[in-house]
Amino acid sequence: MEKTIEQINQEALNELETASDMESIRALSVRYLGRKGIITRFLRNISKLPPEERPIAGKKANETKKTLDKIFKDALDRLETATADATDRIDVSLPGRMVLAGSLHPITQINRLICDIFTNLGFDIVEGPEVETDYYNFEALNIPKNHPARDMQDTFYISDNIVLRTHTSPVQIRTMEKQTPPVRIIAPGKVYRCDSDLTHTPMFHQVEGLLVDENVSFGDLKGILTTFVHRMFDEQISLRFRPSFFPFTEPSAEVDILCVICRGKGCRVCSQTGWLEVLGAGMVHPALFENIGYDTARYTGFAFGMGVERIAMLKYGIDDIRKYFDNDLRFLRQF
Amino acid sequence: MKVSLSWLKDYVSIDMEVDRLADALTMVGLEVESVTERFAYLNNVVVGRITQINPHPNADKLKLCKVDVGSRILSVVCGAPNISNDMLSPVALPGTVFPDGYTLENSIIRGIESEGMICSEGELDLGTDKSGVMVLKSSLPVGEKVTKALELSDSVIEVDLTPNRPDCLSIIGVAREIGGIQKTSIQYPDTSISTSKDDIAGFTSVTIEDPDHCPRYAARLLTGITVGPSPSWLVDRLMSVGMKPINNIVDITNFVLMETGQPLHAFDYDRLAENRIVVRRANEGELFTTLDLKERQLTSDMLMICDGEKPIAVGGVMGGLNSEIEESTKKVLIESAYFNPVSIRKTSKKLGLNTEASHRFERGVDPEGIIPALNRAARLMAELGGGKLVDGVIDEYPKKVPARTITLSTKDTNRLLGTGLNQDEIKDLLESIEFSAKKIDMDSLKVVPPSFRVDIMRPEDLMEEVARLSGYNNIPTTFPAMPAEARNPVKLIDTRNRIMHLMTGFGFCETINYTFINRLSCDRLKLPSDDYRRNTVDLLNPLSEDQAVMRTSLIPGLLETVHRNIAKQVKNLKLFETGKIYINKGEENLPVEIEMLTGLWTGSRSDASWYAKEIPCDFYDLKGVVEGLLKGLCIDHIRFTRLPDDLCVYTRPGYTAQVFSGKELLGLVGELHPQSLRNFGLKQDVYLFELSIDTLIKLLPENRQSKPIPKFPAIPRDITIIVDKDIESGAIPELIENMAEELVENIHLFDVFTQDPIPQEKKSISLRVTYRSDKKTLEDDEVSYLHKTITDRLIEAFDASLPL
Repeated sequence: MEKTIEQINQEALNELETASDMESIRALSVRYLGRKGIITRFLRNISKLPPEERPIAGKKANETKKTLDKIFKDALDRLETATADATDRIDVSLPGRMVLAGSLHPITQINRLICDIFTNLGFDIVEGPEVETDYYNFEALNIPKNHPARDMQDTFYISDNIVLRTHTSPVQIRTMEKQTPPVRIIAPGKVYRCDSDLTHTPMFHQVEGLLVDENVSFGDLKGILTTFVHRMFDEQISLRFRPSFFPFTEPSAEVDILCVICRGKGCRVCSQTGWLEVLGAGMVHPALFENIGYDTARYTGFAFGMGVERIAMLKYGIDDIRKYFDNDLRFLRQF
Repeated sequence: MKVSLSWLKDYVSIDMEVDRLADALTMVGLEVESVTERFAYLNNVVVGRITQINPHPNADKLKLCKVDVGSRILSVVCGAPNISNDMLSPVALPGTVFPDGYTLENSIIRGIESEGMICSEGELDLGTDKSGVMVLKSSLPVGEKVTKALELSDSVIEVDLTPNRPDCLSIIGVAREIGGIQKTSIQYPDTSISTSKDDIAGFTSVTIEDPDHCPRYAARLLTGITVGPSPSWLVDRLMSVGMKPINNIVDITNFVLMETGQPLHAFDYDRLAENRIVVRRANEGELFTTLDLKERQLTSDMLMICDGEKPIAVGGVMGGLNSEIEESTKKVLIESAYFNPVSIRKTSKKLGLNTEASHRFERGVDPEGIIPALNRAARLMAELGGGKLVDGVIDEYPKKVPARTITLSTKDTNRLLGTGLNQDEIKDLLESIEFSAKKIDMDSLKVVPPSFRVDIMRPEDLMEEVARLSGYNNIPTTFPAMPAEARNPVKLIDTRNRIMHLMTGFGFCETINYTFINRLSCDRLKLPSDDYRRNTVDLLNPLSEDQAVMRTSLIPGLLETVHRNIAKQVKNLKLFETGKIYINKGEENLPVEIEMLTGLWTGSRSDASWYAKEIPCDFYDLKGVVEGLLKGLCIDHIRFTRLPDDLCVYTRPGYTAQVFSGKELLGLVGELHPQSLRNFGLKQDVYLFELSIDTLIKLLPENRQSKPIPKFPAIPRDITIIVDKDIESGAIPELIENMAEELVENIHLFDVFTQDPIPQEKKSISLRVTYRSDKKTLEDDEVSYLHKTITDRLIEAFDASLPL
């Protein structure tokens, strides 16, 4: 009498238990499941059984074949995993061949952040010359020669009529000369003032904004700057608008934000006031529109400006403005 | 501008704490910089009783005193002549910092220890007397702080005023703002003088020869003056705002200046030639000695106050030594004038003289405040100087400063501010700071600003007043209507950003250097005298020689950064900067600003590691960066050619390449010349490249189209040829490229060999040429034929041979 499929299965399992290496398991697999294997032969011989036994025997044999196949494969996997772990290893704790990326200057990064916020709000970025005429830097901005407002900005002169721009506001004029309202721009760039101490460098970066359209109000200015501050810092940073003076805006405002370091409690950074002065702003002075030729009855606008170094200091906790232009690699690498 | 709380209270009742007051002032536009307790420096000064006086064993003029300060008895050395037993005096304990900066410590005076100091009122800034120690009332409690015993308490508020608010350069001006905040009225000092006679005309006259520069000049005369010290209340007022008392006459002019903002000047009448005043311009080159004892050279546009012969004051700026009030002065002529602000500013700038007077005149004083201020001073001089006021006033007012009338629309105000104020609210706000406002119709007000508000010219100026008085923070926050519209990004900004991404990806750190450099940088770079980069834009007023001219190259700034880093032992540097250079185009023109990119590599390519030794960087490292960058920007047809030795300026001959795209020169890459290296104080090799971003932008492809991925296999074939050593290798693949064979997909130079068995004056070059067709799989014969054609062409062109 031929062996039953159960017997074959049992024998296979018994033999597997004694097989200790991958080679013998593979041989076992071939002996039972191969083309001429025991189970394959068994299946072929089913036709010799009485017809009524054939379906059950066939089904059983096929199931056994499938189960054994999985058991052999699992055994092989286990053994393979075990051998691989045991022998071939590298010292993964050695340092990799690092590909070190460079870094963007913190001023560039904050500049971009500012520009991104405003371009998302629908402003275009415009740049302009850094060496400017007295006209664009002062006169067109309602700062006549021999006006005390000129003292607000210590100016580097190239000649009587040419200066290093003291703010990026000339870009406002240059843009309005070329474009009719609506105007929505921001002007980032380098500016220069004849001043150098612990808190001033003779070159620094500003971003100015200008929006001119029908029915633009001081309330709108507050809205745009509030959004900006919330995006730049966070929603909890409240703003305070104080009356101030700039020759090119009327009304003018200084904008304080809640100190981002102490959140209003008072600290060294905010000189114990709880507030930080970060923006100058106001409604565009009608004299500018008159110079340009905009209809002052129809259009109003607002302008604002901020120092990038100052915002970067707050954002990154930088304590000394001079670090920006020392370009110490150990500083640059931190950003 | 400093104001003291006690002085403010002479004109306005203040119903809030000083910190709240400071906040409120800040919020109406008078930014408070600081609030300080005026007498904080007296915290260590107590009431002491002298209980014993003995002679000093080593000094005749000094005494040894025992002083009871309540908690204990101190030994104090004192030299004052007026001490007596049982007397009460202020005693400074060790640690006291006096107003002049001196810090008191326990000290040995002529061999005897002194544990404190009995003080005079002058030493404590409580008066001017320094002749003896201050005598206190005997009823005061011994040991108590003098601030408490004498009820000394005052706050000094320092306000940072914007240039548009000269009206607040006075105590009354600030008081007026406080009145506006509190909605309370203020109390002006009495400035009335009633006389009907015009006696003054018999004594003096005023002639204004230049009414444009001096629209108004008023004067009064006092006789029988006794010049002497001011009374203590006046001294106290001046000291409270940091002014030094001098004598009663000068103090009164200073007092009225601080009180009203109107600068006054007191002349010694008897020292005026012909006893009269002439207001005219100076003679060109004239010399004049001002009160600060400096001799100054005048120019013909300066306005001078003169007597019958000569200048006696620089109008509105500073008085002259020759008419100064002296102890012997008996008659005083007081000047109160309105000068043209621009003229005063020009003179003050030219002379480098910024005084309390010029500061106010150049911002604009109240043209209607001239007479009240004059009267105020005259009354005080009569009272405190014992003088007699000569009846009558001189008031030359040839050019009347017109009053302004402005129509303010409620609708426009609300439109600009984004508020919903009604006409009455606006009217009330303006009236609270002494503006007159009358309704014209339902919408408009006719507003006359007070004469002291010289900054108010337009409706928008009034809108600011409305906004600041109702509170900026009460204006509703809204958003502008913005159409959905987007413009193309600006090409320069976009390109610069892409360059920065690529450069940081290559491991370079961005630097930002000052755009002004030392004038000598051109020499350090060895630029020839006719090099365009010597056309620098020079600053007229540089802060230092190192920042004197605008850069014409980014290299000096980067090299200085390298120098600073190496000094701090940071020696491996991969840096870049994008920014402008500025080329001078003549005095009258703006310079040309060119956007540049400069990259720099110095030190090692890779540090020593467990798998390799440290390798220094070289030319090909940086050239590779340039290649990668241009590839990243999709700029094609890149060629590097050796820059002829005689054109190498700051780069090393033989180690410098020019970078082209097609025929367009983009810049150069090379090693810094050893002399330039030395000139910048550097020792280790530096490799750098310079590219013009403006040129790169011109070459950027407008749009990029994808190509199909090859369907058929590639066939690589190698060629090795032996050529003369000084043939530039790059010419070989270039020649193949120029053959423009359709089936050549890629040429890759993978080996250069110069050693044995290659002859000494030769080198072998190996290339891998990849062939592919986009239509079919290439046949072997086809490729072999083409490869031979190419090889033959190379042999012919470069006089090459094949390896044996």
